[in-house]
Amino acid sequence: MIKDSGMARYALWRLAGLIPTLLIMITVAFFLMRVAPGGPFDSEKLLPPDIEANLNARYHMDEPLLQQYFRYLSQVAVLDFGPSIQYKDWTVNELIGQGMRVSLTIGLAAMVLAFVFGTLLGITAALRKNTRVDYSLMGVAMLGISVPNFVIAPVLILLLAVYAGWLPAGGWDWGIASMVLPVVTLSLPVTAYIARLTRGSMIEVMHSNFIRSARAKGLPESLVIRRHALRPALLPVISFLGPATAGMISGSVVIERVFSIPGLGSYFVQGALNRDYTLVMGVVIFYGVLIITLNFIVDMIYAWLDPKVRYDAKS
Amino acid sequence: MVKMQNWSMKSGMYNSVILLRQCVMPTILFMLLGACGDDYREKLAGRGSHARPVELILNEDGRPVPSVLAEQQELNRDNGEEPQTLDPHLAEGLPSAHILRDLFEGLTAESSEGRIVPGAAIRWNISRDGKTYTFYLRRDALWSNGDPVTAEDFVFGLQRSADPATASKYAQILLPILNAAEVLAGDLPPSELGVFAMDEFTLQISMRDPTPYFLALLSHSSTFPVHRDSVEEHGSAFSRPGNLVSNGAYVLSEWVIRSRVTLVKNQNYWDADNVILEKVNYFQFEDQSTALKRFRAGKLHWTAGVPNNQFKWLQKHYPDELVISPWLGSYFFGFNLEREPFIENPGLRMALILALDRDLLTEKVTQFGELPSYTLVPPGIMDYVSPVPEWAEWTQAEREAEAKRLYAEAGYSEDNPLQFEIRYTAGVNNKKMALAASSLWKQVLGVQSTLLNEEYKVFLQNRERKILTQVFQAGWISDYADPYSFLNLFRTGHGRNDYGYTNSLYDALLDEVAAERIPSRRRRLMYETERLLLADLPFIPLYTYVTKRMVNPRLKGWQSNVMDHHYSKDMYFLKAASDEAPAVLEEIEISETGSEETTTTILLEEIDARGEGDETLLIEQTSQPAEPAGDPETVDPEQELPLEEKESVDPGEIKPPEAGTDDETVLEDSIE
Repeated sequence: MIKDSGMARYALWRLAGLIPTLLIMITVAFFLMRVAPGGPFDSEKLLPPDIEANLNARYHMDEPLLQQYFRYLSQVAVLDFGPSIQYKDWTVNELIGQGMRVSLTIGLAAMVLAFVFGTLLGITAALRKNTRVDYSLMGVAMLGISVPNFVIAPVLILLLAVYAGWLPAGGWDWGIASMVLPVVTLSLPVTAYIARLTRGSMIEVMHSNFIRSARAKGLPESLVIRRHALRPALLPVISFLGPATAGMISGSVVIERVFSIPGLGSYFVQGALNRDYTLVMGVVIFYGVLIITLNFIVDMIYAWLDPKVRYDAKS
Repeated sequence: MVKMQNWSMKSGMYNSVILLRQCVMPTILFMLLGACGDDYREKLAGRGSHARPVELILNEDGRPVPSVLAEQQELNRDNGEEPQTLDPHLAEGLPSAHILRDLFEGLTAESSEGRIVPGAAIRWNISRDGKTYTFYLRRDALWSNGDPVTAEDFVFGLQRSADPATASKYAQILLPILNAAEVLAGDLPPSELGVFAMDEFTLQISMRDPTPYFLALLSHSSTFPVHRDSVEEHGSAFSRPGNLVSNGAYVLSEWVIRSRVTLVKNQNYWDADNVILEKVNYFQFEDQSTALKRFRAGKLHWTAGVPNNQFKWLQKHYPDELVISPWLGSYFFGFNLEREPFIENPGLRMALILALDRDLLTEKVTQFGELPSYTLVPPGIMDYVSPVPEWAEWTQAEREAEAKRLYAEAGYSEDNPLQFEIRYTAGVNNKKMALAASSLWKQVLGVQSTLLNEEYKVFLQNRERKILTQVFQAGWISDYADPYSFLNLFRTGHGRNDYGYTNSLYDALLDEVAAERIPSRRRRLMYETERLLLADLPFIPLYTYVTKRMVNPRLKGWQSNVMDHHYSKDMYFLKAASDEAPAVLEEIEISETGSEETTTTILLEEIDARGEGDETLLIEQTSQPAEPAGDPETVDPEQELPLEEKESVDPGEIKPPEAGTDDETVLEDSIE
C-alpha cells in the first residue's frame, strides 16, 4: 500500500514537470526558427512585394512575432499544428500522423530486436568475461557502434538484396520483406551499444556484496543470476532505452533515404531547410512529447526496479 | 541524475569511437568500391538493358497503329521530390507542375516538341494593339465529373489565382493582365481582373501591356481553370483524391504522401480517344540512386534525373535509355559590383571570365553534355540568337594570354595576388564548379580564392544583401521561352539583381523590349540589350543546363524539348520486339553501383560537414569515371585543386543527404 502511493506520488511529481519543459522547448524552437536567416518564401525566384505580403498574411506572418507566438501556443493547446507551408495540401497533423506510423513501426521493431539481442549478448559476454567469447562479441559490438549506418545500409543492400536477391533493395509497402533491412540496419548500433552496457553493469553487479551473499547461502548460479543479478544489471540499459527508443522512432534520415521510406526523419531536415515553420514546430513538439513520455516510462520502470529512486523522490 | 550520467557516458563512448570511425569509414568505402568491381558490372551489363521495342508504325494522323502498342499501358514516372500541392494556383516546383499538366488543361497547351498549341481554347484572336485576347473554347470539353468546361470556369480560375486570399506564389505570371497588379495588392476586388466571359464559350482577356509570350503563360498552372462547385464545397481540401475535379487528360485517383501519386485516364476528356496511357504513377524518390536501381529493375520507366558521376557508366551500359537534352537554363557566377575588388574594374572581371576554360569545365566537371556558354540567354528559344562576344571565337590559349595581360594591368601579380571569396550552396555540381573555377584561376592567374559553402537560404540572403558576396554561384531556368525572362534579371532594382548591376541605358532598352509588339523588332532589341550586358561583364557565363534522365526505350510519343515539359497523354508503350513479355528484371539485377553511389555521396557530405576539404578531393576523385589521358595541355581540374583552400561551413548548417542531389535544386523555385 505504502509502495503504491509512493509510486503514484512520484508519477504525479514527474508529470507536473512535463508542461513547463514543453513550454520552454516550444518557445526556444519557435524563436530559434525565426532567427534563422531566410524565410519559407525566399527562393531564387523573385516575389513581388504584394505577393509576399499576401503569403505572409495567409500564415499570419505579418503579425508581430509575440502575437504569432501566442497564436501558435493557443493552437497547440488544442493540438492543431496548422497547415504545412511546404506541403500545402496537408496539415502538419496529417503529415506527422502518416510519417509516424512508418517510423513507429520500424523504430519499435528495431528497439525490440536491439533490446533482446543486446542484453543476451551482453550477459553472455559478462558471464564469459575475458574469454575468447567475450572478446569476439565485444569486438563485433565495437565495430557495430563505430561503423555508421550509411555504410552498413549499402553493404547490407549489396549482400542481401543485390547479390543474394532475398530482399528488396528499398521502398515501403508495409510488407515484412521491405521492413527487414531498415529494421536490422537501424537496430545494429543500438544492439551493440546495449550489449556493451549490459556486459559492463553485469560484471559490476556480479562483484557486489549481495551476489556474494546469495552465493554464500548456496543458491545455484543460474538462480543467482536470474533472481538477483539481472534486475540491477539492466538498470543502465533501461535508462538508455528511453532516449534510444525516441531516437529510433523519430526516424533516421539516412535510413529513410537509403531505403526510400516515407518516415518522419526527413520532415525534420527538409522542414528546417525549407523554413517550413509549422512543420518543424510540429515535429519538434512531437519529438519533445515522445522523448518526455519515454523518459517518464523509463523512470517509472526504473522506480519499480530500484526502490532507492522512489524513496529519494518522497523525501 | 542517473539518466544524465548515462547520457554523458554515451557521448563519452561515442567520442572514443570517433577515431575508430574515421579509420574504418574510408576502409569500408574502399572495400565497397572494390566489391562492386568491373567483373560484376560486366556480368550485369548484358542483362541490364531493357527489351527492344517493335518498330513504330504511325497512321495518317501521326498516331501509332494499335497493332504496335503494348497491352499494358501503365507508366511509372519518377517525379523527384514530393509535389508541394495539386492546387494549380498554389503550385510551385517541378514535381507539382509535371502532375498538373496531366490533370488540367489551360487555354493553351504544348505539343510534345514544346510548341504552343490550342488547349481548352480551340482558337483565339489578338487585337491589333496586342492588348485584347479573345479565346473561343471547345464546346465538347468536359470536367471529369461530366460538367461542361465554360468561359466562366476560366474567369473563376484566373480570379482565384489573383485573389490575395489565395496567396499564390506564382500569381506574378498573371501580372500582364489588366488590373492584376491592383488585385494582387488588394486595391481592387478579384472581380475587377481584366478577364470577361462574353458568352458560355468565349473568353476575353484584356492586357496591361502587350505580352508576346502571353500564350505560353496560359499553359502554366497558375492560369488553369478550377471546378467552382468542388472548390466551394471542399475548400482547401479540393485537391485531394476523391474531391479533385479536373479538365485534363487524367484524373487523380490516389495520393500516398511521399510515395506515389496515381492518375487514371479521364474518360470525359475531349480527346480521350487519343489518350493511350491508361494509368500514370508518379513516384517520389529523394535519392536518384534509388530511382536508378528501380529503373534498372524495370519498375520505373522514366526518371527525374540520374546520379552525378555515373555518366560514363550509364553511357556505356544504357546508351538507349540515357536521354540528355538542352534545357532552358543558364548556369553562371555573378560578381558583386558593389564590393571591392570588382567595383569599376571591368578589366579584372574580364580577366577572370577569360581564364576559365569552359570546354574543360563541361567535359570534366559537369560531364553530362552541358553546353559551354558565353552569353546569358541559353540557346533553344525559337528565333532568338544571342550576340556572341568576340573572345568566344578565340582559342583558350589566346584567352589566357589576354587574361594574364588584363590581370597585370589591374595591378595584380604573383607577389600581390588577387584574393576573393566564392560563395556557393549545397549540390554536388555547385561544389565541383566552385572548386574547379578556383583552381583554374589559381593556375592561370595565381588568384587566391576562398570557397564558402552556405546553406541555401543563408546563401540567398547573403546574395541579396550584397554586403558579403564577391563572386557567387547563380543561374536561371526560365518559366517561359522568352529571352526577356533572363535579361530582366539585371534590371536596376529587380529583386534578384544580386549583382548590383545598374545601367540606365540597359533599363531603357528593357522597357523598349517590354513595349515592343513586332517580333522581329523585339528580337533585335533583345539582341542589343544582351550585347550591352555582355559588354558590361556583371557575370561569368559558364554553361547551359541539360536535362538528364533514363527512359524506357519502349516508351514513345514524347520528345526532348527545352522546356522539359512532357505530357503523359502524348506517350505510349510499344510492344517488346521479342515474343516474350517485356523483361521485368529480378531484384538480383538491381544495380550495385547505386548503393556505391549512395555511400559516396553521403560520405562526401559527412566529410564536407566536418570541413575537411582534402579528404573530399580524394574521394571525389575516386568517384570520377576514369578519364583517358588526353591532351597534355589540358589540365584535369580535379587534380589541380589547391589543397590549401579552406572550406568554411556554416556552423548552423544541417547537412542532410540532399534531396535531388543536383545543382538544379538551387533553382528549384525558379522553375515552373
